[in-house]
Amino acid sequence: MGATQTVTDASFSADVLNSAKPVLVDFWAEWCGPCKMVAPILEEIAAGSENLVIAKLNVDENPQTAASYGITSIPTMSVFQGGQIVKTIIGAKPKAALMTDLQPYL
Amino acid sequence: MSDIRNVIIIGSGPAGYTAAVYTARAQLAPLLFEGSVTAGGALMNTTEVENFPGFSDGIMGPQLMEQMRAQAVRFGAEILTDDVVSVDLSGEIKSVTDGSGNSYQARSVILAMGSGYRELGLPNEKRLSGHGVSWCATCDGFFFRGQDIAVVGGGDSAAEEATFLTRFADRVYLIHRREELRASKIMAERVLSNEKIVPVWNSEVVDVLGDAKVSGITLRNTVSGETSDLAVTGLFIAIGHDPRNELVTGLIDLDAEGYVVVDSPSTRTSIPGVFACGDLVDHTYRQAITAAGTGCAAALDAERFLSH
Repeated sequence: MGATQTVTDASFSADVLNSAKPVLVDFWAEWCGPCKMVAPILEEIAAGSENLVIAKLNVDENPQTAASYGITSIPTMSVFQGGQIVKTIIGAKPKAALMTDLQPYL
Repeated sequence: MSDIRNVIIIGSGPAGYTAAVYTARAQLAPLLFEGSVTAGGALMNTTEVENFPGFSDGIMGPQLMEQMRAQAVRFGAEILTDDVVSVDLSGEIKSVTDGSGNSYQARSVILAMGSGYRELGLPNEKRLSGHGVSWCATCDGFFFRGQDIAVVGGGDSAAEEATFLTRFADRVYLIHRREELRASKIMAERVLSNEKIVPVWNSEVVDVLGDAKVSGITLRNTVSGETSDLAVTGLFIAIGHDPRNELVTGLIDLDAEGYVVVDSPSTRTSIPGVFACGDLVDHTYRQAITAAGTGCAAALDAERFLSH
């Protein structure tokens, strides 16, 4: 597929909820150590995925979306399909574990 | 299967990186596994480190680790951002397998896996983890702006987290099972003088309440045995750490609490050529500087071992 993309409060509906493909949203922030650990892993997964779009949402700059999904811990990685959350992963995980969790959507 | 290295270091906190700096400077060409999501170790989830010597104005934990890592790289340490999933330490040539399935051989191994946070062990703690239950104040404090939350624990980590969380929360209950903090005096005083922090003494958390997210906790008074509920939307757990010994359990001598046993003051373990350092061996001090100190000792012990 390629690189991860950035989504915002303003673009969330168009880029995530109305996406034809499944979208993994990585809720992250600059101050979060585990978010930084998982970031390069998500880049790798994005580079190798045919189907799944990987989007990054900075919760500091986009608090609305994070609040509306009740995010209280980051990184939270939620897969959206047809506008609904179909899978949620909370906390940084090694690549192999993430790949297993995301297998149905890749 | 090709070349046999001098030394492999497993772990990347102050202990692992310091061992890498020393073994790299000794021209042992160390290979260090820093972990795929744990690189930098426990300090990556802290804010300001005020007591690491040499930084008179303090330094942010992640920045300190970044500098230690850069120092190791500068002297030629090879660093892999992967996890070690299994080890064979028995023979003269040790073998280490990483998360990608590659095996590496070395004549010596330095164990520096550190420690992981301790859980309360409550079923609802696990269920609500990430939904109000957190182990990382720096990551998650932001989400509790204007709310009432609780921190459980009585040591330096608990005191630091409680203090940090007052940036966001209206009120921070600090739940501790004793009548005074175990934390260092400076941290304890900071907590006790903070108007937003309400200490709840002689109390332990026996349940976490809430359906989809945390709505409260149940406390038991350790003196009277009475239980009561406290309304909070977040629970930050800082009750200590346990050594991360899964990799070597059954292979090497551990003590009753799971720490790797070393022939102190050296860092020699029960297996020749295997050395251990940092929080993995340390019941007592558990500081960045003591971890760095034993990491240095492990590097020197490994160097001596290899020269024989």
